[in-house]
Amino acid sequence: MSKVIVVTSGKGGVGKTTTSASFSSGLALRGNKTVVIDFDVGLRNLDLIMGCERRVVYDIINVINGEVTLKQALIKDKNCDNLYILPASQTRDKDALNLEGVERILNELKESFDCIVCDSPAGIESGAFTAMYFADEALVVTNPEVSSVRDSDRILGILAAKSKRAVDGLDPVKEHLLITRYDPKRVEAGEMLSVTDIQEILRIPLIGVIPESESVLQASNAGTPAIHLDKSDVAEAYRDVVGRFMGDERLPMRFVTVEKKSFLKRLLGGR
Amino acid sequence: MAHAEPAFKLKIANLSLFVLYVNTTDMAQLKNQLDTRVNKTHNFFSNTPVALDLSAIANSNISPDFADLMSFMLDHGMHATGVIGGSTEQREAAVQSGLGLFPDTIVKPAIKTAPVPTTAPSITPNAEKNNQPELPELGLTIDTNNNNVLDSDTQRQNPVSQVPPTFRPTMIINKPVRTGQRIYAEGSNLVVLGVVNAGAELIADGDIHIYAPLRGRAIAGAQGNENARIFVHSLEAELISVAGCFKVFENGIPENLRGKPVQVHLNGSDLIIQPLLS
Repeated sequence: MSKVIVVTSGKGGVGKTTTSASFSSGLALRGNKTVVIDFDVGLRNLDLIMGCERRVVYDIINVINGEVTLKQALIKDKNCDNLYILPASQTRDKDALNLEGVERILNELKESFDCIVCDSPAGIESGAFTAMYFADEALVVTNPEVSSVRDSDRILGILAAKSKRAVDGLDPVKEHLLITRYDPKRVEAGEMLSVTDIQEILRIPLIGVIPESESVLQASNAGTPAIHLDKSDVAEAYRDVVGRFMGDERLPMRFVTVEKKSFLKRLLGGR
Repeated sequence: MAHAEPAFKLKIANLSLFVLYVNTTDMAQLKNQLDTRVNKTHNFFSNTPVALDLSAIANSNISPDFADLMSFMLDHGMHATGVIGGSTEQREAAVQSGLGLFPDTIVKPAIKTAPVPTTAPSITPNAEKNNQPELPELGLTIDTNNNNVLDSDTQRQNPVSQVPPTFRPTMIINKPVRTGQRIYAEGSNLVVLGVVNAGAELIADGDIHIYAPLRGRAIAGAQGNENARIFVHSLEAELISVAGCFKVFENGIPENLRGKPVQVHLNGSDLIIQPLLS
């Protein structure tokens, strides 16, 4: 049974696309046939982060309008065999995305894919709404600051009230909290909300904490999803998220406390 | 043979009932005063069943013209149903006119209960408030409350509210109420079991109970019910309001109330927030 997973947040710049790229890659690495769809029509970014921007010929709007087949528009990922990307249109406006068209595409994708990851645009406008409407599960990406938490709360309210599952009276969309750009040092200094603070407000299960890291920016610029980085805590954290999503609940929650540097490391001036 | 569905049930119901205390046998005087009284509160009665209490005229050997009184009352929206007390002759005359008889014996209730505020005030023109005859306790409870007597010289503020309100069940929300969501319990109370986050809004025409932190807004008595209250398990609210009287917490919630179980109610025009004793 294939799953539609929306990566959403309300607020912009919290790491939705980064998460979509790494999460879908992680699912594919674990053997799931996965497709990741960019719903940010007009501001497409996913193809850049996935490093396939030069291979984009057709996009989701072409498919919705019936100009090309789904097969023609899907781009195979360069890193994972099981992963495909359906890019957004850069030249159309977001009204071209309609629910009927998206449903048709999702139903067609469900026939051949296990996981369908929808990268939502920021905001709560039609693009974000369309991205979340058909979701079975949701990764709610939140930064440890009040405005991001507030926006996530809003998105959770919309998911609970207006998603297809809510409208049809089915089981509610399964919600997962993903905290990104987490800096335990600043949390300890009282400059950031802690995991507990965020959970106290949002009250949904935590699927992972991604630490703040410079390597995310480098990976984005290089067009490689952060999960592929070597010896990176971000990559480790995303792998944990995928593991938990696949049902491995024993994985300990890492990167939530300040790591004590060993005496030797301090002596050698390691980072 | 198949069991027939029971065609009826016979039960004793405790209903509120209007009682017209007849203090005089002078029907012209009674009709005159009743007319004045009922015209002041127009539309108050509409085919409303009313019992006639004859205790005050039981010693008189005159029987009122019940048929005439009944048709007069009917013109004023009052449906005379039966008589309480009165002499044997008066009660016979009442039966002749098609009225029922409430039992004449005074049965004291086993347990004295405190007077219950009634929705059915009695109408006693020129009667002393404290001079009410004892009422027999009947299968049909006839509520009287001396504090609530409608004298011919007192004006009820809101006669419409005396009509039994249509009952709406309490609205119960068992999920978190998130920012941007607004819940309105129209004409009823509201119970919320999940957290109410900042930017969320609860509105009820009745009371609001929140068995979780309240971080958003709670507006009770939205249509002006000044008796509405808010009960919160943990007060962290942005705004609370009862019957349009509101409080915001610009400088934070006072230490003794923050995060505590509290109740909010209106005292005059003051919004009172009280810690709930645990």
